[in-house]
Amino acid sequence: MIALLIRDLRLAIRAGGGFGLGLAFFLIVIVLVPFGVGPERAVLTRIAPGMLWVAALLAALLSLDRIFALDHEDGSLALLATAPLPLEGVVLVKAAAHWLTTGLPLTLAAPVLGILLNLSPEATPWLLASLGLGTPALSMIGAFGAALTVGLRRGGLLLSLLVLPLYVPTLIFGAEAVRRGAEGLTALPSLALVGGVTAGCFALLPFAAAAALRVNLR
Amino acid sequence: MHLAVTDLACARGGLPVLTGVSFRLEAGQALILRGPNGVGKTTLLRTLAGLQPAMAGEVDFPADEGAYASHADGVKLTLSVTENLAFWAAVHGRQLDDAALAAFDLTGLRDRMAGTLSAGQKRRLGLARLAVIGRKVLFLDEPTVSLDRAAVGLFADFLRDQHLAQGGIAVIATHIDLGLEAPELDLTPYRAAPDAAGGSDEAFL
Amino acid sequence: MSIWEYANPKKFMGWTRPVLPWLWALAVACIVTALVWGFFFTPDDYKQGSTVKIIYIHVPSAMIAINAWFMMLITSLVWIVRRHHVSVLAAKAAAPVGAAMTVIALFTGAVWGEPMWGTWWAWDPRLTSFLVLFLFYLGYMALWAAIEDADTAADLTSVLCLVGSVFAVLSRYAAIFWNQGLHQGSSVFRAGRPDSVAEVFYLPLMLSIAGFILLFLALVLMRTRTEIRLRRASALEARMRSA
Repeated sequence: MIALLIRDLRLAIRAGGGFGLGLAFFLIVIVLVPFGVGPERAVLTRIAPGMLWVAALLAALLSLDRIFALDHEDGSLALLATAPLPLEGVVLVKAAAHWLTTGLPLTLAAPVLGILLNLSPEATPWLLASLGLGTPALSMIGAFGAALTVGLRRGGLLLSLLVLPLYVPTLIFGAEAVRRGAEGLTALPSLALVGGVTAGCFALLPFAAAAALRVNLR
Repeated sequence: MHLAVTDLACARGGLPVLTGVSFRLEAGQALILRGPNGVGKTTLLRTLAGLQPAMAGEVDFPADEGAYASHADGVKLTLSVTENLAFWAAVHGRQLDDAALAAFDLTGLRDRMAGTLSAGQKRRLGLARLAVIGRKVLFLDEPTVSLDRAAVGLFADFLRDQHLAQGGIAVIATHIDLGLEAPELDLTPYRAAPDAAGGSDEAFL
Repeated sequence: MSIWEYANPKKFMGWTRPVLPWLWALAVACIVTALVWGFFFTPDDYKQGSTVKIIYIHVPSAMIAINAWFMMLITSLVWIVRRHHVSVLAAKAAAPVGAAMTVIALFTGAVWGEPMWGTWWAWDPRLTSFLVLFLFYLGYMALWAAIEDADTAADLTSVLCLVGSVFAVLSRYAAIFWNQGLHQGSSVFRAGRPDSVAEVFYLPLMLSIAGFILLFLALVLMRTRTEIRLRRASALEARMRSA
């Protein structure tokens, strides 16, 4: 499993795009927000937690279709399916690799982009914590969506349609944690719920995703 | 070590293509599958390898000994030759040894990126995977596509002298003569009748 | 004889054929009676005026919208466990009906909400959950449409339906947590509570709900029959091509 993780990370770095594209997209969306809603600092402070979460979510969405599609095209997926690694483990590793190449950089970049949106300083630790806890769930749900659409020629758009409604709970709890943190309320319950959603996703979705992959390999 | 196939029926896209396929191979034996295009060689090999469920019948070989290879051989273009092979070795819990590289004449190319290899060299890299994963029962679907004559020779040598000589088993779908002393199985007689039972949509007829 | 035999496509076609016209007739009779009764023979609400009468469409469509998904969940499970084609085709057939009911519930809700709350739309948990439910229906139908092989599509949409159900429930509680909302509580099943529906409205509402359930059954059976015919046609075609 570690070999697969290392390979996927190496591929993501060598192919470029992996890290860079998602981050650049995140930056651009955040830069566009003030152009859309106006430069008033109070307004930006109010919407910053939600905008940062929505933008991070969309940035994570960009690279989802590559989680399995490339391995399916060149036959690696069929070969992995006959390897001693259980397919559930493959899914888990793929989701982890996706998180390390998109979710983690997005989390680390978010406080800097928070400055652009005049995010209140008290909210920054909560932003880091909620994105850090929540983005793994985005990757895992995304891996499930990617497993469903892996055999389709134009699965990208469909993947977004399938995955976005599944992102709703994570987004609600995650953004809520940051908003409460910004207002000085207790944000821990929201944060715990984000963690709960993530833990639940990692416990259940690898099985669903592996089942979908087996159907698609048939 | 053996591979026993009993009364196997397999389907493509929910429709039966082959029925009643039976054969048995002992350690060191190979079988060449023959038959016109579309007869179901790929379907049979995928079913044997466990990538798709059999409609009926049994496939028996020691667990965790099967390996499948087709023209899509999972070579990553942005990894070097060694990295590609070391990955597959690691997934199967083994070390990459130089003998595998030498057997497919890849020693001189070991640090080249797979993306810079020619089509034939890439295929050799894909086939070298079979030498590093240490699986005993190989299911090979047209393994010699885009190989030149010398490379076909290398591959045949690997199969005969290393794989089969050490008690391996191979089922190979191919159109060219590999120079192996192996029986041939023509799949044409096993072709399923158009109205054969067992299709996944049978309940609708 | 086991109950599962009714799930054989041929048997299913056989027993649904005589049943369908009766279902249609009953559904139309119930709905027409309920609406006429509700619209013309019940008094206006003392607070909400005549707008309250939207309830005869709003509540039944909302109930069907949720229960259609629940039915899809069960039939998908039956497909995964027992591989009965009719079961998964019924789920496929129910999805557009459920989606349409969701739209009707959202639309009538907006029409009702405008005079009552002074807004067409509010991000209230109930409204939000219905919008999310609608997205789930869209995703489910899009996945069916995108996959060519019928059995692959059946398997994948069933998996999506299972996972989607978990997330739909999760979204519902997340939405409650997120915003406490304007929408009143459930209108129907709170007998004796002061804020539940008064007796005069209760009977036509029940009749309307019964009518909508019958309508749902009729639509799903009809659409399932269509799906079975389509599968039969493609099965015959596939065999003709390979012959």
